[in-house]
Parts: sequence; C-alpha cells; structure tokens
Amino acid sequence: MNFGQFLLRRLFLMIIVLFGVACIVFFIANVIPADPVGAILGGNAPPEAVDRLKAKLGYDQPLIIRFGNFITGAVRGDFGVSLKTSNPVMEDIKNYFPATMELALVAITISIILGITLGILSAVHRNKAIDQFSRIFSILGVSMPVFWIGLLLLLVFYFKLGWLPGSGRLGFFTYPPPRVTGMYLIDSIIAGQWDTFKEALLHILLPAFVLGYNATASIARITRASMLDVLRQDFIRTAKSKGLRKNVVIYRHALRNSLIPTVTIIGLVFGSLLEGAVLTETVFSWPGLGRYITTGMLFLDYPAVMGGTLYIALIYSIANLIVDILYALLDPRMRM
Amino acid sequence: MELRGKLLDVSNLKVSFYTYRGVVKALNGVELWMDSGERLGVVGETGCGKSVTSLAVMRLIEQPGEIQEGKIIFNGKNLVELSEEKMNNIRGVEMSMIFQEPRSSLNPVMKVGYQIGEAIAKSKKIKIKNTYPEVKDMLRLVGLDPERVINSYPHELSGGMSQRVMIGMGLATHPKLLIADEPTSALDVTIQAQILELLDELARKMGNAVMLITHDMGVVAEFCDKVLVMYAGNSVEYASTARLFEKPLHPYTGGLLQAVPRVGRTDELKAIKGTVPDLVNPPSGCRFHPRCPHAMDICKLERPPFVEIEPDHYVACYLFKGKNEVREDG
Repeated sequence: MNFGQFLLRRLFLMIIVLFGVACIVFFIANVIPADPVGAILGGNAPPEAVDRLKAKLGYDQPLIIRFGNFITGAVRGDFGVSLKTSNPVMEDIKNYFPATMELALVAITISIILGITLGILSAVHRNKAIDQFSRIFSILGVSMPVFWIGLLLLLVFYFKLGWLPGSGRLGFFTYPPPRVTGMYLIDSIIAGQWDTFKEALLHILLPAFVLGYNATASIARITRASMLDVLRQDFIRTAKSKGLRKNVVIYRHALRNSLIPTVTIIGLVFGSLLEGAVLTETVFSWPGLGRYITTGMLFLDYPAVMGGTLYIALIYSIANLIVDILYALLDPRMRM
Repeated sequence: MELRGKLLDVSNLKVSFYTYRGVVKALNGVELWMDSGERLGVVGETGCGKSVTSLAVMRLIEQPGEIQEGKIIFNGKNLVELSEEKMNNIRGVEMSMIFQEPRSSLNPVMKVGYQIGEAIAKSKKIKIKNTYPEVKDMLRLVGLDPERVINSYPHELSGGMSQRVMIGMGLATHPKLLIADEPTSALDVTIQAQILELLDELARKMGNAVMLITHDMGVVAEFCDKVLVMYAGNSVEYASTARLFEKPLHPYTGGLLQAVPRVGRTDELKAIKGTVPDLVNPPSGCRFHPRCPHAMDICKLERPPFVEIEPDHYVACYLFKGKNEVREDG
C-alpha cells in the first residue's frame, strides 16, 4: 500500500468517526429533558409564541428530519444559529476557536518539550534524583484535577507573587493585534507588535502550563518506559560495540525508536487537551471555544453545543491523522 | 608478566551481576588467550559464561554487572583499566563484534548503509556520507548487491543477509579481532554454512583473528585453530582443535564430545548427568564436581588451577598434575 492509499483510507475512516460523533452529539442534545424554547421565552409565554418559535427553530419537526437537517448542515459547515448570541454557530466558532487552538498548541508544545526531556533524562539517569523528581512531578500531574492546579497556580503566581497576569488573553487596556489567524501570538508577530506579543505570551503561559500538565506527565512516563525498553535492545549493544559515544547511542540510535510510542500518546493527549480546555478556559477566563460550549450548555444553546463539540471532534481527528503520518516518517516498518 | 597470547591475554577475569536473587558470579577467573590471526572457539553449555566473556572483552558489561578482577591485555593495553573514552577508540576499530540475532542487532529505523558507514566514519574520523564508496565495497565483499542493500532498512533483509551486513559492519574498520557470538545459531542450517564460509574467507583475506562463541562442536572442528572449553564461569580446558578432539582431558570436555552426534557414529550418545549449577550459590571447589564421575575429596574443597599439562594443552582438573604427569585413569 502506498502513501496515497494510506491517506485515503485514513480520511475515509475519519469521516465514519465524525459521523458517529455527530450521531452521539445530536441524540444526547435531543433526549435531554430540557426545553430550549421554554428557556428563551420564559415559563409564562403564550402558547402561540411557543409554537411560533418552535416552528422557527425547527423543533416541531420529527426527530429524524431534524437529524437529517443537522447532518446536511454540518457537512456544509452550517451548524445553525446560536440561541444565545443569535450569530450563526460557525461564525462564533471562527471567533472563539483560534483562542482555544492557540492555548492548545502552546500547551502541547510545552508538554512535548518538557515531557520528552524529562522522560529521556529519567531513563538515562534511572533511579537518580532527576528520575525521582520526574516521578513525583508526573504523579501530581496525572492525579490533580486541572481546575484545582489552575486555581493553585493563580494563587501563587498571580495573587501572591504577581509575576504573571491572572486572566484573559491580553491586558485590559491592550488592543488585540490585527486579525490574521486569530491567534494573538502569531498575529502580533505578523503585525510586528512586540509588546503585544510579550503580553500575550505572559498571559498564555499559566493556562497553557496548567492545560498541558497532565499531558506532560503522560508523555514523560511513556517516553521513560519506552526509552528504557529501547536501551535494552540488541541494536543498542551493536551501536555500543561500534565504539559510539554514549550520547550518540542515546540520541541517534535510541531516541527515534523510543519516540514511536510517545507519538501515539501525543495524539491521544491532544484530545484530552481540547477537552481540558473547557475547564482551563473557565478558570482563566480565556475566551475560547471551551468556554463558548460551557456557557452554551448553561443556556441550553444546543446548536452552539453540538456545533462546538463536532468541531472539536474534527480537530481531534485531524490531530490523529497527523500522528499517523508522523508514525510513517519515524518508523520505516509502518510504510509498508 | 609473560603473555600467553600476543593479541589478547585474559587472566583471572571475574564478573558478577548484582540481582535481586543475590550476586551471580558469572565469571570466576576465566583464562583465555589468542595470537594474531588465530581462530579461537569458545564452547560450553548455555549459561557457562561464553557470551559474558566476550562482552567483558569488549567492556560491554552493563549494570547490574561488573568486572571485579582480572586483566584483559589486548594489543599491549589492559582494557580493564582504560577509560570509557579510550575504550571507545578500541571498540569498533581494533576489535568488533557480531551477535546471535542479526535482525534485532540492526537499528530498525536506520538504513543499512548508514549503519555500516557509522562504524567507518568513527574510525577514520570522516563524515558518514563520505563513507559510502567504502560501504559499497564492504557490501560487495560480504556477497550482497550494494546498490540494492545500501538504502534498505533492516526489515527488508532476510536473517542471512542481515548477518552478512553485520559481518560487513564488523570488518569494515579492519579490526585485529572479530568476536562472533553464536553468529549462526539463529539462522537456517543452509544459511549457517554460508555464513561460516564467509567468515572463514574474509578472515583469511583480512588476516583478523576470530573469537567464535558457539555450543556447536561441529562448527568448532570446521573453523577453529584452538578451543577453549568453559564450564560455569571457569576455563576448564584449552588446546588446539585437533588435540582436543583427539584427546580431551577434562571430564567435562569428554562428556561434551560424547554428546555430539556424527554421521557414522555407532556408539550411543551420552548426556552429561545433572544440570548447569546455579551461579548465585555455585558448588564449592571445582564447580563441576557434583556432575563429575571422577570427583575426589579435594575437588569439593579447592578450585583446581588452570595448568599446562602438555605443550599448549591446559586443563583445570585435579586428575592431572602439571606437565607430562598425565594419569591414565581417574
């Protein structure tokens, strides 16, 4: 099977997965015994008004027709109109998503760099101080809930020490950079506004670290385990028997082999990162898609919830597709 | 000290592994020596310390193992005392090693040509990509098609081809000593013969010495000039191949030879009674005494020294005392 076929197959599988997610999202939203129309109009609305709004929103149609409409709309990128903001949901997503993507990308970057470094160091210096440190760090990361670490770090770095800003993407008096990607870090570089860049960076550090902490821990543990496993392999002995220096053996021969399981984990934790964004964004008042979905949920804004969830599922699938491609690049045996 | 072997002289080599079960005394004073260009076969049962000996000579014993005592004089230098850095200038340059499992001994994510080039680049201090002409020569020498193999990944090669690559990699730097740790055990019988022939031909051409670790007495008879028999971490007998097959002295060697099937052999094959001892709690005195049909009282108390019984024939056994004092019967 060549690479093109591989890609086609993966894309086909992705469509099936997304269809499954769409089904689940739709039916959950429609079997919850809560009435968005009632929520909008209030309990004392006249029945005619209720009927009119139901007809306008399409809630008078049978479930299956509504499902058909939802799917055909979703394929065209049309998730309906948000009940709360009265904007098309897709437009809201376009506004909110870059903030989440920026947060998730910075978070995953921090966790990859920190996680892989910790993993390698603890495998190479097994049972030494750095290994013990990384073990404790990881156990804390896996076991503490995101919102709690978030509050704790806010307390220390914002409230007590005052080193880092507490909430939002920029200071209150700073204008966002001209929009190109919607990610302030990138946009401010494009516009050459270095002060804004620095401010955006300071704002994103804490939430990104909190969001990525769990992922960092997983990546560090997996990298350590797989590095230890690889270091026991025969070909490592061969590399040593060639008289290669320790660092060459570790970084040239062992690292690439040990990254294969790590890449899988990165794909998986990226999913939990998007999921964790919902909580992190709430704690840090980060105006992203996670918060959009959370507030949508509180207002029974189903189009927003369904659209936002499906969009996150799409991004997650794309992340996993990228992981599969990375696999093939790392391990020639996968290219068969 | 006078050296018994001009190229390599290992004396009183002790290696232990610190495991949860206790200290495994894997090597308990191994004696071994080789001249330049010589082929030495190291034989013995599984677990007798053959592989550990070869790894110790390469200084590749890993934690929790440790060389505790002894000398490894290679080319005039005592390897036991060398720093890791100096050792790296000997490994892969003056001595190299090939292993039992050729397929898992090659890095799965690197092209074969690169892996051979790495060895050459290191010894000549040049860039890896500049070694490719030499890599191609080497591949041709081991009987592979350079154009096809140089850019292959290990999983695209068969076991026999992989072992050819390993041999090419081992000899690419023209080492004085090639250690081959059971190089044919994992291969099909027909391929085994080819690989041995290749080793034989190349060693002749390049003049390197070969230390062949094996448990196959047939391979030893075919390939080696000298044989060292090991038992439970000790050297028990050393002689020229012809002499050893003709007149094995140590009871263990005798047992080994009687357990080898041969075409035309009419007498019954005899197994050596008992099993390889546990090296956490090895038997006292001579480690072979619980299985030895000729065991005497002294065998349980003291370890027999490794002495020259007749010219170039060494045995560690109380049945024999010094030069020309061969007792006819136990």
